[in-house]
Amino acid sequence: MRPRASVLVGFAIIAVYAAAALLGPLLSPYGEAEVVGDVWEPFSAAHPLGTDNLGRDMLSRLLWGASRTIGVALAATLLAFGIGMTLGYLAAVVGGWVDMILSRGIDTLMAIPTLIFALVVLAVLPPSVVILILVIAVLDSTRVFRLARAVAMDVVVMDFVEVARLRGERLGWIVFREVLPNTLPPLIAEFGLRFCFAFLFLSSLSFLGLGIQPPAADWGGMVRDNANAISFGLPIPLIPAAAIAILTIGVNLVVDWQLERSSGARRGVRP
Amino acid sequence: MHPLLRLVAQRLVLGAGTLLVVSALIFAGTEILPGDVAQAILGQTATPEAVAAIREDLGLDRPAWVRYLDWLAGFLRGDLGTSLANRVPISEMIAGRLENTLFLAGVAAAIAVPVAITLGVIAARFRETWLDKTISIVTLSAISMPEFFIGYILIFVFAVKLFWVPSIASVFPGMDFLDRLYAVSLPVATLSLVVIAHMMRMTRAAIVNVMASPYIETAELKGLTRSRITLHHALPNALSPIINVVVINLAYLVVGVVVVEVVFVYPGMGQLMVDAVAKRDVPVVQATGIIFAATYVLLNLTADVLAILANPRIRHAR
Amino acid sequence: MTENAEHRDRRGGLLLPRRRFLGSTALLGASAALAPGLLRPVRAQGPQRGGQLKLGMDGAAATDSLDPATYTATYMQVVGYQWGNCLVELDEKVRPVPELAESWEASADASVWVFKLRKGVTFHNGKEMTAADVVYSVNHHRGPESKSGAKGYLEVIKDVRATGEYEVTFDLETPSADLPYVLSDYHVLIVPEGSDFTKPIGTGPYVIESFEPGVRTLARRNPDYWKEGRGWVDSVETLALNDLTARTSALQTGAVHFINRLDPKTVNLLERAPGVLVIDVPSAGHYTFVMRADTPPFDNNHLRLALKWGIDREELVDKILRGYGRVGNDHPIPDFDPFFNRELPQRGYDPDKAKFHFGKSGHDGPIRLHIADAAFTGAVDAAQLYAQHLAKAGIELEVVREPNDGYWSNVWMKKPFVGSYWGGRPTADLMFSVAYKSDAPWNESFWKRPEFDKLLIEARAELDVEKRRQLYWEMQKMVWEDGGEIIPMFNNYLFGSRDNIDGFVPVPVLTGLRVSEQLYFTDL
Repeated sequence: MRPRASVLVGFAIIAVYAAAALLGPLLSPYGEAEVVGDVWEPFSAAHPLGTDNLGRDMLSRLLWGASRTIGVALAATLLAFGIGMTLGYLAAVVGGWVDMILSRGIDTLMAIPTLIFALVVLAVLPPSVVILILVIAVLDSTRVFRLARAVAMDVVVMDFVEVARLRGERLGWIVFREVLPNTLPPLIAEFGLRFCFAFLFLSSLSFLGLGIQPPAADWGGMVRDNANAISFGLPIPLIPAAAIAILTIGVNLVVDWQLERSSGARRGVRP
Repeated sequence: MHPLLRLVAQRLVLGAGTLLVVSALIFAGTEILPGDVAQAILGQTATPEAVAAIREDLGLDRPAWVRYLDWLAGFLRGDLGTSLANRVPISEMIAGRLENTLFLAGVAAAIAVPVAITLGVIAARFRETWLDKTISIVTLSAISMPEFFIGYILIFVFAVKLFWVPSIASVFPGMDFLDRLYAVSLPVATLSLVVIAHMMRMTRAAIVNVMASPYIETAELKGLTRSRITLHHALPNALSPIINVVVINLAYLVVGVVVVEVVFVYPGMGQLMVDAVAKRDVPVVQATGIIFAATYVLLNLTADVLAILANPRIRHAR
Repeated sequence: MTENAEHRDRRGGLLLPRRRFLGSTALLGASAALAPGLLRPVRAQGPQRGGQLKLGMDGAAATDSLDPATYTATYMQVVGYQWGNCLVELDEKVRPVPELAESWEASADASVWVFKLRKGVTFHNGKEMTAADVVYSVNHHRGPESKSGAKGYLEVIKDVRATGEYEVTFDLETPSADLPYVLSDYHVLIVPEGSDFTKPIGTGPYVIESFEPGVRTLARRNPDYWKEGRGWVDSVETLALNDLTARTSALQTGAVHFINRLDPKTVNLLERAPGVLVIDVPSAGHYTFVMRADTPPFDNNHLRLALKWGIDREELVDKILRGYGRVGNDHPIPDFDPFFNRELPQRGYDPDKAKFHFGKSGHDGPIRLHIADAAFTGAVDAAQLYAQHLAKAGIELEVVREPNDGYWSNVWMKKPFVGSYWGGRPTADLMFSVAYKSDAPWNESFWKRPEFDKLLIEARAELDVEKRRQLYWEMQKMVWEDGGEIIPMFNNYLFGSRDNIDGFVPVPVLTGLRVSEQLYFTDL
């Protein structure tokens, strides 16, 4: 299959962000916490993206925050999918009591209000980026579990899985050879969204006091810090929001391409 | 008994157990948080004497497990107790707010779910075209912003600049249905923008996934139109992940909208819980927590039942 | 800073209607006429009766109660002054003037106070107010059983007795010249003897008709209100608008007529909006960074001085308050207070001095500041700017953002270096007594100096103004030289109003709590 223009755009976006994440501090014209101008200055040659609510250079803060924001979101989302998919497949394929215990456990975890969960974590554990990643991953994994289990349930009742079971295939074999390829597309799509949600989730948890500490910037937090400006028509908070949006779009363009590939590939394998 | 009914009955019993566990966890969690209601009520004006007087008066000097069992006994009798902070019966505090929350969630869901699924089907039918990409880009842009920020933008444009709708979603008992709809138009729009992308993208992905199945190929060979195949052959078999994502978003509309309530000053359950947690008003936290937990338990059950109904194989296998 | 101030004045004075109450100028007299007086727009008409006033106030919660013992935030304080009155109120120069009390007199040593009550004042239920009601209401906030937020202030009262149908006598634990100020506190609202505080029956300008905690409060005019020239509108609806953007947009759209707590950052944008006025009142409220003077390394005064010299107050006033405030001088007495020490040099930003004292302190390594926006608006931002100021003096400040939730019970007065906010007290004595006396309940800096306590008690009992002044000046100097409080700035109160509303009375302490009875419509 030839890559379409859209996926090239997607990869280009991701490449630019990756470069920003790796080289951000080197590229940025000013320091992350450095106050270099007045509050909410408009775009200018000195400050191409204006200044923030304390008079810090917006472009510099975006660049400084890139690796941190993307890193946390990516790590948390990958971990959430690792946990959620493993348990979700396990519940669907094994079924019975294992399914019951896992599913009700996940119900319980989902039912604990996020606010209380986060505050308790904050009360008993020191705030750090690792804790932040774990909290996002655990809470997100409940949603991934629900989805993974649901799509896997559809597959495990298929004839070919029954056949494999009767053949006496191991659990791992069934999961990796039968369930995973047939359930991957919805999960890839979910990944594209969860990754985006993680940006916002990490900023609201940081706002509660969990995780990223000022003056370090994360993009969602930058939207939050400058949000009031929008009430008067100043575009400043739209800039970090756009940074998140463009990356989300880029990732999802690649997700779409991946969807096509995996469904197309399957069609080839299983006529 | 029909196997499905048996499943539902079994799940309801287990759900009650889940609620019990959740209530204990919420209680324990609130206990672990630093400070208590006595300090929280007085805030910066707390003196040790006043704090001690409140603690004694509210029976906070008793061990935590005694207070939990006390609460549980009341709850099982259908008595939610009274707020520690302002002594108002909790059932009274909750009644109006629960109705408001369900109304807002209901209206938002009634708009967002059909729109999202329609857009998802269209995107799948015309996948990898400019139409598909436009739908994705627009909906994804909306979810790249925190919900309160979407609210601010909508307020700025539609309330402050255009004067079309109120910026405050003032609702009160006895309000006319249409007035109420008008009052919540901005919060509904905000919530819809927040949830549409997720459901739309999943609908699209699930359909694309199913489109690779052999029977779709058969349908194509039979010469059916792509629209017909998408709608009548692919969608019904793609329902399971869609149902799950819809349910997760419905749960969000009930449980997770506190930020939107704050921005639009909408008196819902989320605000009540946040205030109660801030004041360490344990019985109110418990009551709201149980309602939210029940929402998850019931919605997850609904999703599972619908998934079974949607898939004949699961229906017959179990 | 200067450029900024000019901008504001030009717009405020010439182009846009704007009400600026230069309290400090007025109180210090003509000699201190630093700023050009900004004229309020001339009104064709005087106060008028009628209209439905809508207020948008912050600080509301779903768990709020009407019981005045529980009032801690603006929303309920404003509601409190709708239904109730105190014995004493404060005028624009922060002097106690009669409210439900007609007059008062202290014994020669200021240890016994006799208050004469206004006659013929009726509660909303028609009953006349008498001494027994006052005793009952005051006792709600004192004694071992009391759960009131005012308990700390009222500890000075040993006993309160009805000594006549319209006369109440207060016996004090220690002599105090400031009792009338204590009785102006917003907690101490008067209700009928034996009544339920959670369903208060007051003497106030409005009768509460419905109260939905954390949502809205509706009050109708008390037709029998006793106070002249107050209580103009037919009804007041007080909306709980905790979110800043919700408040400002509600004002812009005209959904409410008056809001509190504007964001200094967006004031200049808001005042361009049509139909909106900004009200700017200097206040006694101050933002502080508090060091625990009993805990290393902050028990070393060189370190405290290093941190005091290492803060750029001008920049904080400029960036955090956007000029809507004044620099502080590390003591809590505002510049308009009659006992403000005018001879104490204003501490400026001096990284060299900071470096010098830091070296002298012998401390090495970073200093941790525990902060949350719960401490004061913009606290986390202010801390970040402070870190930059200290960096120039070679001092590393590590800003630890704490959760807003539980800040006052878990961080404040627990961690050794935190942020805090004081709304200000009407007198130097009250301010020092609640937060600077060794055994004060909220001695947040744990700074304990017996000499200071001695001066404070001496000044409290002193009725001679000149002698009192000397004592308070000395105390301010002690706090300035040695105390654990870094007080970089005093904030102004910022309100937003529709331009068809007038009547606001600026009182620099606890500003704007009595707006419900003051405001009226000019366009009826």
